[in-house]
Amino acid sequence: MKKNIIIKVCTGTGGIASGGEEVLSAFRDAVSSSGIKAIFNERCSAQKVGCRGFCAKDVLVDVIINGEKTTYKHIKQDMVQRIVDEHILNGKAVEEWTVGEDYHTFHDRQTKVVLSHCGEIDPEDINAYMAVGGYDAARKAVCSMTPKEIVDTVKNSNLRGRGGAGFPTGLKWELGMRIKSDIKYVICNGDEGDPGAFMDRSVMEGDPHSVIEGMIICAKATESGHGYIYVRAEYPLAVKRLQMAIDQCRENGFLGSNIFGSGFDFDLRIFQGAGAFVCGEATALMRSIEGKRGMPSPKLWRSAEKGLWDRPTVLNNVETFANIPRIIMNGAEWYSNLGTERSGGTKVFSLSGKVKNTGLIEVPFGTSLKKIIYDIGGGIEGGKAFKALQTGGPSGGCIPAESLEIEVDYESLAQAGSIMGSGGMVVLDETSCMVNTAKFFLEFTQAESCGKCTPCRIGTKRMLEILERITSGNGKEEDIDLLEELCRYIRAASLCGLGMTAPNPVLSTLRYFRDEYEAHIRDKRCPAAVCKDLITYSVVEELCTGCGACKRACPADAVRGTRKSPHRIDADACVKCGTCFDACKFKAIRKQ
Amino acid sequence: MEETLQKILDDYKKNNGNIITILQDIEKNFGFIPEYAVNWISKKLDIPASRFFGCATFYSQFHLRHRGKNIVTVCRGTACHVKGSERLINRLLMELDIPRDEDTTADLKFTVEKVNCIGACGIAPVTILNNEVHGKITLDKLMKEIKKIKAGE
Ligand SMILES: Cc1cc2nc3c(=O)[nH]c(=O)nc-3n(C[C@H](O)[C@H](O)[C@H](O)COP(=O)(O)O)c2cc1C
Repeated sequence: MKKNIIIKVCTGTGGIASGGEEVLSAFRDAVSSSGIKAIFNERCSAQKVGCRGFCAKDVLVDVIINGEKTTYKHIKQDMVQRIVDEHILNGKAVEEWTVGEDYHTFHDRQTKVVLSHCGEIDPEDINAYMAVGGYDAARKAVCSMTPKEIVDTVKNSNLRGRGGAGFPTGLKWELGMRIKSDIKYVICNGDEGDPGAFMDRSVMEGDPHSVIEGMIICAKATESGHGYIYVRAEYPLAVKRLQMAIDQCRENGFLGSNIFGSGFDFDLRIFQGAGAFVCGEATALMRSIEGKRGMPSPKLWRSAEKGLWDRPTVLNNVETFANIPRIIMNGAEWYSNLGTERSGGTKVFSLSGKVKNTGLIEVPFGTSLKKIIYDIGGGIEGGKAFKALQTGGPSGGCIPAESLEIEVDYESLAQAGSIMGSGGMVVLDETSCMVNTAKFFLEFTQAESCGKCTPCRIGTKRMLEILERITSGNGKEEDIDLLEELCRYIRAASLCGLGMTAPNPVLSTLRYFRDEYEAHIRDKRCPAAVCKDLITYSVVEELCTGCGACKRACPADAVRGTRKSPHRIDADACVKCGTCFDACKFKAIRKQ
Repeated sequence: MEETLQKILDDYKKNNGNIITILQDIEKNFGFIPEYAVNWISKKLDIPASRFFGCATFYSQFHLRHRGKNIVTVCRGTACHVKGSERLINRLLMELDIPRDEDTTADLKFTVEKVNCIGACGIAPVTILNNEVHGKITLDKLMKEIKKIKAGE
């Protein structure tokens, strides 16, 4: 009997955090000690694969026997032996550990283009990538297409930049192609600073070669000889895998001089960021590569004319580049048909927050938000009520339940008062306070403002102060008007996108959840019971059994009472940390 | 120290580096950016120290003060925020007895830091304990890990 056995273990950042490396080596040990190779006289390999987007169920393991795939969830090191014994040796899957229906619906309702390799192939092995057609597109572009043909294909595909603004990629490349210079650069923006977004991380970790291949094609289209991948410092695994990929490309002659034997030279290197959100902005990013403070500059000329070191530069996002090889191979028409009239193709979103299935999802443009949250996301966690969907990170806004029918693309989200941004989607439920959420984002933008222009530097500070006032119960009646006025000025007068979009979280929550602001200001009440200064903890005597769990847990010694009789919280000593609320098994702590 | 700095300088020349890569190297070697190191390199390269400090204060990866032996980084991304990371960090500071507006314990054993988002939102809330990512963390789980470190020393 001949058997072909493949074991795939998820080792993205999420997978590794859940023990993916240990699970993988346990499989390798178990497989070699049981002598499977000898028994079946066939191939049995255990390999690492990138993130497949469903990190909540990590460590995920695929066992594929003669093409038949079984997926296991929440696998730990000590569970491996049983899978090997029962499934791999005896052909009977360990049913109780396999993924349920939700895993399959989560995946089946998506359209995977950019993520098609993530979770399927070993990201550290160029041969795995080539086995699924990798570098065919680059070879075709470099050896047998003219720059104009490449640019036209990308233009016709209707691909728009995935970094946030949605600028048509083909147009950008066309500008880059037209400008003549002996030194030109291609830059890949892997800064992914939006909190709540991790699609670029997953692509760089799970399919690094597709990004490099996209960059090679761009280099050919614009006749650039040098490239940079700017990766943020918080992504060490992405840096490691990209570097491995670059080294393998050089060995294979896909990077360096005379690539694919075509006479064309292109090489690239990684530049690691040092932790500054604003460096995701194109001009700031280029200053950072030059070794300077990463501050944006006014757009007096386009980067296509004067970018890095004042040379013509084409800069695109990670996901944008990862789409390119697919477009070259499958054609512009195929790609544009996937999306809507205004935006071709698919978009990866990172779905997180209070939703059942958190993870990375990829859907065509035009999919409704409702479908994303309820069909793919599985609805709200813990039976709570949906309140809002936050999209676009700190530059975006909150979309209320009434607007969930909208079909997602750059324009529709903007109309709803939010933005596409890089594709982060955070679901908020009834336990989220919208004023607190706005404050959270303002804290972020205020801290990350580079300080170069006054509206952003001082304006966001003033806005934050007002929000702090409101959430601490000191809000004034005129604060809402003042906030709106500040928003208008900051939006109109800031130098770069950071300041221009900083008001969005406040404006959109004011638009849809004004009553929450008013409750904070007028009634000194936080409806969701989140804002610390506006809530008190107390014991519901009828429910309290006097078990003392809260008393033991309280870090401030604020709980009084003797065993078996109802306890009491000393309001003066209470620091409102909520420990007692979590510790109580009888729901006897009230938060108001 | 000078030996290490000389090596950093050589690497800079060999790899066509810049101020940021030098600072990254210094941080990697010393765990923070000592003033002495900047002044030493600044003299050798004839680049004003202010340019180095300009970058060092701009980017959050660089630290001008000594940090604890163990670093606990709490992710403050949106998903982690929604899952209660603000409370986690406040309680952690309390448990470790770190005074207000400080981030390091008096015995220099632990530093508690925030990071904007490490992109592991699917397993929020997330902390990084000495370069190891822990997902779906609770204060109890975190304190257990911290006790393990304390016991191991
Ligand atoms: C404050 C700010 C942060 C940004 N952060 C990112 C980022 O993290 N990743 C990214 O690809 N683009 C980011 N951008 C957008 C870039 O400036 C640029 O438009 C984009 O990378 C271009 O690539 P694309 O055409 O492929 O979208 C940011 C813009 C601003 C204003």
